[in-house]
Amino acid sequence: MSLLEAKRLEKHYGDHVVLERLDFRVEAGDFVTLVGASGCGKTTFLKMLLGTERISRGSLTLDQRPIPEEPGPDRGVVFQKYSVFPHLTVLGNVMIAEELSQSRWLGKSFGTARRQARDKAMARIEEVGLANALGKYPHELSGGMQQRLAIAQALMMRPRILLLDEPFGALDPGIRQDMHELILTLWKEQQLTIFMITHDLKEAFALGTRLWVFDKLRHDPQAPEAFGATITYDLPIGERQPPADLSARLSERGLKTLTQETLL
Amino acid sequence: MKRLINLTPSRGGRWLLGLLPFLVVAMVYLSLSNARLAENPNDRLLPAPATMANTFYTMASEENQRTGQIVLWADTFASLERLLIGVAISALIGLSVGLINGGLPLIRAKFSPLVTVISLIPPMAILPILFIAFGTGEAAKIALIVIGVTPFLIRDLQGHALRLPDEQLIKAQTLGGNSWQVLTRVLLPQLTPRLLNATRLALGTAWLFLIAAEAIAAQEGLGYRIFLVRRYLSMDVILPYVAWITLLAFLLDQLLARTSRIAFPWYHAEEGDKP
Ligand SMILES: Nc1ncnc2c1ncn2[C@@H]1O[C@H](COP(=O)(O)OP(=O)(O)OP(=O)(O)O)[C@@H](O)[C@H]1O
Ligand SMILES: [Mg+2]
Repeated sequence: MSLLEAKRLEKHYGDHVVLERLDFRVEAGDFVTLVGASGCGKTTFLKMLLGTERISRGSLTLDQRPIPEEPGPDRGVVFQKYSVFPHLTVLGNVMIAEELSQSRWLGKSFGTARRQARDKAMARIEEVGLANALGKYPHELSGGMQQRLAIAQALMMRPRILLLDEPFGALDPGIRQDMHELILTLWKEQQLTIFMITHDLKEAFALGTRLWVFDKLRHDPQAPEAFGATITYDLPIGERQPPADLSARLSERGLKTLTQETLL
Repeated sequence: MKRLINLTPSRGGRWLLGLLPFLVVAMVYLSLSNARLAENPNDRLLPAPATMANTFYTMASEENQRTGQIVLWADTFASLERLLIGVAISALIGLSVGLINGGLPLIRAKFSPLVTVISLIPPMAILPILFIAFGTGEAAKIALIVIGVTPFLIRDLQGHALRLPDEQLIKAQTLGGNSWQVLTRVLLPQLTPRLLNATRLALGTAWLFLIAAEAIAAQEGLGYRIFLVRRYLSMDVILPYVAWITLLAFLLDQLLARTSRIAFPWYHAEEGDKP
């Protein structure tokens, strides 16, 4: 039984076909990395999984049921930006996840419950290395720190599916390495299913068990919006290192120029 | 040489630059007043600063024989009470309706057009209706302020709620938040500083309606006093009263501004406010 399944899935914005002919099965525990040219519809795809963008045609099922049309705690997310709450401190941003589930009415907890929430949040915050910025507001953090905060926040709910939209784009290589390890640990520990968009092919290979390349199969120069992107390659990744002859292999398989320009 | 847009005054310079226009105005007034008084010592139109200070001091310290009250303070308290109650009611309505309108599309679809239409009614035009409905007491004056200010607050807050990135609302839902929690834990805290700042802008309007209502029907109040002594051409009362009202308005504005900056530093960082 697959966790997620898409059949002839399409997404249009008016006459603009963004995604078409998506057919796939994703098993629980898969770590899918998504690459593709800028503007080809990767974020849109993630939003469909999230339930915030409607499906235009075809079907997308989660556990054999149509994917819910609104976001829920089973699908965590880290966006490209605006992922944390500007009015809460680092601690508040991570604690809010616990507080929302503890107190249905106030969304705030007190006493023992609060201490527990705090402890849980602290553990997550330490994992992402923000322990010395507990009382800071997001505007006082760098872009990379905000992104790490967003990851800590998304993982509080122990979602089944984690959607990451270029989460490490703004991080320096050292921290990026730490974050990779963190994500992999959490992925194994919590048996997460992860979808991660990235522009870094090395990263895609280092983390994923499957690599999806989004690109257009058909192209009409007169009407560039008539055809959408689809998953042109679905590569299982065995080894943890990107193969040395990667770019050669991709172009050998006829990878389209757009993707080559941005990725290779 | 730096570009003009990059030149910022130093701290001391800022004060001086801010003070300069006031000094110029004072000088102009003094010379005009002196010229008129030299011609006619009993001229009432541009009284000398000393005359105004005397009158003002009398009003601020001597009890009125008839009522036993000190006029300036009685006026000030009456006006401030009306203003603050009116603005507080408006803020409360503005925040709740703005929150619900901004957060719940179903309700917004129903109420948004109504709010827009109401905000277009000139409040002064319905003042007679208010006097008929509420009598000429406090209620009518407060109602005028509320009617004048609330639609603006609602529209501003609703707009702000709609401009908040969708990502935040989605994020809250993925963290398990229900509708109520998204409203109270994500929207409400972010609308509160916006309310303070919208209220600052609305205070000018609130003063306008207060003075207008007081001018038409009141027994005390800053606006009432000004319109009362107008009959005697008592510029020595009117001018200090105007200055006094301006000072009060300035203090209220600063109070809100400071509160907002201290309580919601993140809001001002987000809005890109400069000191
Ligand atoms: N709300 C919308 N209305 C209309 N068109 C949209 C909308 N959102 C996205 N699009 C279009 O869909 C296409 C895909 O956008 P998307 O954000 O998914 O790209 P992306 O692959 O995530 O790009 P990037 O790598 O730059 O983040 C773009 O051409 C964009 O113009
Ligand atoms: Mg994107």
